[in-house]
Amino acid sequence: MQTKLGLVLLCAGSLWFSGCATDTSTKGPQVEDKTTAASTTGTQTGSQPLRDSGDTKGGALGGTAAEADLLAKRRVYFEFDSSALDADNRRIVEAHARYLAANPKLRVTLEGHADERGTREYNIALGERRGQAVEKIMRVLGVTAGNLAVTSFGEEKPIAPEHNESAWALNRRVEIIYQ
Amino acid sequence: MARMMNLMTLRLWLGALAVVLLVWARSAPAILTIEITEGAGTGIPIAVVPFGWSGPGQAPQSVADIIGSDLARSGRFVSLSRKDFVSLPKDEKDVVFKEWRVIKAEALVIGSIAPAGPGRYEIQFRLYDVLKQAQLAGFRYTVGAPVLRTVAHQIADVVYEKLTGEPGAFNTRIAYITREAPRPKEAIYKLQIADSDGYNPRTVVRSVEPMLSPAWSPDGKRIAYVSFEDKRPKIYMQNLADGRRELIAEFKGINGAPAWSPDGKRLALSLSRDGDPEIYVMDLATRKLQRLTNDPAIDTEPAWSPDGRFIAFTSDRAGRPQIYRMSTDGRQTQRLTFEGDYNARASYAPDGRSLTLVSALQGQFRIATLKLDGNALQVLTDTSLDESPSFAPNGRIILYATEVKGRGVLASVSADGRVRQLYRLEEGDVREPAWSPYNRELQF
Repeated sequence: MQTKLGLVLLCAGSLWFSGCATDTSTKGPQVEDKTTAASTTGTQTGSQPLRDSGDTKGGALGGTAAEADLLAKRRVYFEFDSSALDADNRRIVEAHARYLAANPKLRVTLEGHADERGTREYNIALGERRGQAVEKIMRVLGVTAGNLAVTSFGEEKPIAPEHNESAWALNRRVEIIYQ
Repeated sequence: MARMMNLMTLRLWLGALAVVLLVWARSAPAILTIEITEGAGTGIPIAVVPFGWSGPGQAPQSVADIIGSDLARSGRFVSLSRKDFVSLPKDEKDVVFKEWRVIKAEALVIGSIAPAGPGRYEIQFRLYDVLKQAQLAGFRYTVGAPVLRTVAHQIADVVYEKLTGEPGAFNTRIAYITREAPRPKEAIYKLQIADSDGYNPRTVVRSVEPMLSPAWSPDGKRIAYVSFEDKRPKIYMQNLADGRRELIAEFKGINGAPAWSPDGKRLALSLSRDGDPEIYVMDLATRKLQRLTNDPAIDTEPAWSPDGRFIAFTSDRAGRPQIYRMSTDGRQTQRLTFEGDYNARASYAPDGRSLTLVSALQGQFRIATLKLDGNALQVLTDTSLDESPSFAPNGRIILYATEVKGRGVLASVSADGRVRQLYRLEEGDVREPAWSPYNRELQF
């Protein structure tokens, strides 16, 4: 599994430069999501590159591996009742935006979610607002509006079923879903 | 028959209704079990004597048990133990008031059931004030077997009203959403309705995607709700009698938070088709939409005042969700909540004088009431993940959803905060409760 993940990562990274992403059947960078949620203090754990061979200071677009690492993350996280992205989560969105802008045949759904606290209908609205926040960044970076769809499940689909702070941090998210 | 002078005879066509309701009973869903967690053991001591049965074998339904547990569950009565009864009177001539004074009963219910043709029964009951030695009520019903429970709830409503001066709400139903996950990632959601005591649960809609926000039409015949069955929130309306379903709103974005106008002709809802959630009113006959709010904030969870003049709603236009109220033309808007970090999902008390809502302070989401005269906020619960409160049609009880030991359960609290109950399923989660309006067809 590690080898496969490495290969896919490598491909995802190389896609960025080689432009082999014109093959839309790959449905975007096919990698496992290893992202973990921002803690309540907003720090990002697990955002260290899986491979450190990339030259993060190098080219204008950043290192291949670093970009691939960002593209490997398909979830971005938020604070309670907020749709603001912190710097780490914004970098993930920006990497996907660059990837999508370079591959205009790809379409993504931005699926917003909320934690269970508060009311269900308000949380659907909050999830939508989070999805729209991600959409806005992507649009600014040149992604075509028609290639982005925003939906929200509110608090209805938690990924962590527990009723505590760490579960809530994981559930306040936008999922970037390649179609 | 002279002594039955004040006994009314009512032949209700309950049988026909029962047949309709049975259509829904596909597989028997699990029953919600209700326990009083606070406030039991206080109230008017009442003796409910087992009803006499003059047919063969066992009586078809223990009507007295249903009446006794309804009354005890309300927290306003103590149902006395049968072990203490000196006699078991079935008719007026058998009643010796002294026997009931001795066990400190203040009220006494007696009655009888007799076969009345194939599958039908005649039920009589009488309610006495033991101290005054006077009959307070007496009724006779002839009904089909499937509605014997309904009649028992009606009798409990009569007793409640005669002794407390307020209408009972036992002969009503509740709607709620259940979620079962036999395997992870394989959840099944059901919109169910059950009698107010949790019995006769029936599944109205089943889905593998979430459902929420069930809302009873004022006549109790339809339920509007939100379903994610197409992977995004759309509003549907289910006709309970014939099972027909209508798609009400599937605009781009969110279609959520349906709320009926008191006349049942319009639906307030929240739509984000213009970019952010705004409150609209839909005329159900013409499907015409009127937009009431215009603010870049979240505007959702509309609730109609019982007089039809106002719509309360949740908005975070001031930064955090708070409750606002506007006239139904959307012109005059006024903020109602100022205490707490987060106030949302208001719904009106039947008398229109107060709201119940979710109110959070320091991350604790609790059920509160807000008096509209003076805007006093009173928090009624001490749990932390409470949501979806709504009033019983008599305004005495607030039903809501909360979490106990990691499971979604329903709970209720009396509007004075004194009596509390928990409603749980043996397995899975239950959430999104909505109390039906009065069952007018069965009222007398």
